Amino acid sequence: MKKKLAIALVFACTMMSVSVYAESAQPVEAAAEAVEAAEDTAAPAEEAAAPAAKSEGVMTYEEYMAAEMDTEVVIEAYVQAKQSWWEDEQGPKATIYAQDEDGAYFLYNAVVTQEDYEKLEVGTKFKATGYKSEWSGEIEITEAVIEIEEGSFTAEAFDATALLGTDDLIAHQNEKVSFKGMTVEPAQEGSDAAYLYSYDGSGSEGDDLYFNVSVNGAVYTFTVESYLCDSSSDVYKAVKELKVGDVIDLEGFLYWYEGANPHITSVKAAQ
Amino acid sequence: MTRRSDRQTNDMTKNRRAEVPEKPRRASLFAALLLLGLCLLLSGCHGSKDRTEFSVPEAFDESKEYEITFWAKNDTNIRQTTIYEQAIRDFEALYPNIHVNLRLYTDYGKIYNDVITNIATETTPNVCITYPDHIATYMTGSNVVVPLDELMDDENYGLGGSETKVDAPAKEEIIPEFLNECMLGGHYYAVPYMRSTEACYVNKTFVEKLGYELPDVLTWDFVWEVSEAAMQKDADDNFVLNGQKVLIPFIYKSTDNMMIQMLKQKDADYSTGTGEIGLFNDTTKELLYTIGEHAGTRAFSTFKISGYPANFLNAGQCIFAVDSTAGATWMGTDAPLCDISEDKIVEFETAVRTVPQFDPAGQKMISQGPSICLFNKEDPQEVLASWLFTQYLLSNKVQIAYSETEGYIPVTSKAHADAEYQDYLSRGGEDNDKYYSVKIDAAQMLLSHTGDTFVTPVFNGSTSLRDAAGYLIECVAKSMRRKENVDDAYMQKLYSDTKALYHLENRMSASGKTDLGPLPSGAKALIATLVVVWILILAYVISEQVRKRAKRQ
Repeated sequence: MKKKLAIALVFACTMMSVSVYAESAQPVEAAAEAVEAAEDTAAPAEEAAAPAAKSEGVMTYEEYMAAEMDTEVVIEAYVQAKQSWWEDEQGPKATIYAQDEDGAYFLYNAVVTQEDYEKLEVGTKFKATGYKSEWSGEIEITEAVIEIEEGSFTAEAFDATALLGTDDLIAHQNEKVSFKGMTVEPAQEGSDAAYLYSYDGSGSEGDDLYFNVSVNGAVYTFTVESYLCDSSSDVYKAVKELKVGDVIDLEGFLYWYEGANPHITSVKAAQ
Repeated sequence: MTRRSDRQTNDMTKNRRAEVPEKPRRASLFAALLLLGLCLLLSGCHGSKDRTEFSVPEAFDESKEYEITFWAKNDTNIRQTTIYEQAIRDFEALYPNIHVNLRLYTDYGKIYNDVITNIATETTPNVCITYPDHIATYMTGSNVVVPLDELMDDENYGLGGSETKVDAPAKEEIIPEFLNECMLGGHYYAVPYMRSTEACYVNKTFVEKLGYELPDVLTWDFVWEVSEAAMQKDADDNFVLNGQKVLIPFIYKSTDNMMIQMLKQKDADYSTGTGEIGLFNDTTKELLYTIGEHAGTRAFSTFKISGYPANFLNAGQCIFAVDSTAGATWMGTDAPLCDISEDKIVEFETAVRTVPQFDPAGQKMISQGPSICLFNKEDPQEVLASWLFTQYLLSNKVQIAYSETEGYIPVTSKAHADAEYQDYLSRGGEDNDKYYSVKIDAAQMLLSHTGDTFVTPVFNGSTSLRDAAGYLIECVAKSMRRKENVDDAYMQKLYSDTKALYHLENRMSASGKTDLGPLPSGAKALIATLVVVWILILAYVISEQVRKRAKRQ
């Protein structure tokens, strides 16, 4: 009798813990899946009702860029990657890369329920009302309220290789970009390692990966942002396989932090 | 170029834009807490005993192998990682039968979440870097965290005990102010590991260029006045002071600390030791109006709104940058660590001061920095092994080496008095690495103000209160930047919203109980499942009884 009781209790607790864990793990998996889906569907722009067309009261990309900081902005765009979703006392928070045909947007801590976050897929159209902000050079929309709309558009990666190190690169901030024919350089002077956990190697598995690549004699540092692509993602694993001297093609999003800080989502041998 | 782009933090100045690390999702944290509670409840119902209360074994068994885990936090600083690794090697050489597995974190929030999750599954680490605020939550389960009183005082294995191979400090050699911060409910549940405070890193060159003389003690009035004086622009819309389009004269990293320290300096309410909330008072409102006024002119901003104070300071875009002394290596023209490109760094003289004060004669500043706690295990020998390692972390070798990585100070008078440490302090400015002047100035500043430091009371909910204090400033600053109307009605709503958001309403009375708000739907489903399971079990028991009686008859 006692054994049966114990078994029933253990079974109940196990089932509950499994279901709770499975529920809590979803957002991370969803984020990784979204990025991988973006990689898989990086086909030419899908046609939908003219991605640059805006509803009434919505800013064009040009108007958005011209808007002053800390003013309310209303935009329409299409999800290109979902970075993270989490929640604290202040409510749910989602971070999203988005684009229309004219340019890119970065939504930081958008107010999106977990249910809506799961509905957002690569290509999903939405309207966002938030505040234009700048954090360490990154132009973004904060505290945006999002409404999902009908329509789909997946951007092609813009080849920004030739713009690396130039003042023109910033015009593509937050865009889906590619860098081609990049040579992997040592992650630190005098080291054979091709990547570091965290910027100085002080991190561990699961933390951001930092690696150096060069083109035309100049070296650039790229990042695998662990919230955008966690350690289970293909790109995280691919970067850990890199060897100094490898020549690779990269794709990612042109995040900005005191300068270009591309968040890489795909690494492949150069074609 | 180095990167700290993930908006992380150096110290207790947590919960800003870096919070993404806390993304490990409240859903899972809440579920873990709930599961922990349910497991405790169920075991209680069946008369099972809780984890046995720890008592110090008579002797440490050196014939048996022990594997212990140490969850450590570093400030995204490879030197700190190296010191942890070296400490483990040295300790294992002293105690070959103890093996220490290191797990590294760069964020306190993440350690906290992981500990909570692992309490539920009884897979906590043995030794953990922590904040006393967090321990208050860990102590939700009984005998989870080891009280250290008995261990500290044990004549064989206590601090300075006769049987330890570690050159640990005696209890009296731990700075009393720092040790007292680790006391909860009359018992020590942690020992201090490192201490820091906040410092104001000042572009002295700019202050003097504006025609002011930098005082030894900054006052809030002085900082506001100089900050506003710096806002003058030329015909090309550049700031006259730096000739750039960007200038934020005063940037504060942790607005939690900003509000807490301002209230302490004003001798105004924040909270009592029993958890009654005093934050939402008229002094707070006055402070918010003043802060908001300067946020509105853009003379003041915060880390969450604009970015790291160090980046603006080093680019000649900030005059007063307040950040932890544990961030000193990022501050100044010659800072060994820097996130901005070399071409953006400007030449200026950096001065280190205490945070701005209302009363220069009675300075008050927050004490912060990591502490160490031990988690209880079935085998008291394993706990004792953890304690021996903890003592090693308090030895001069570790204390001095780690403190030198940033503007930390060792937590023992024994380390302070050590010739090696005194030599280190005396060599400020000899290079821009180990002897970086700003870092050593920051450490010296804290050493000379240890008696002026304070901590806020720790209780279950004190973390939320701290977050709420910073939230008030962030909200007002953002609203003023957005040209919203910040008046009494705004403040009233802000107070009300903040109390609700952080579940602080019920703590306004002396209840000491926290209203956690309505249960999430997942939790409700979980409880419903549990109820159904119990009904099924009872039904089974009754049916068995009925069946047996029927058989007997």
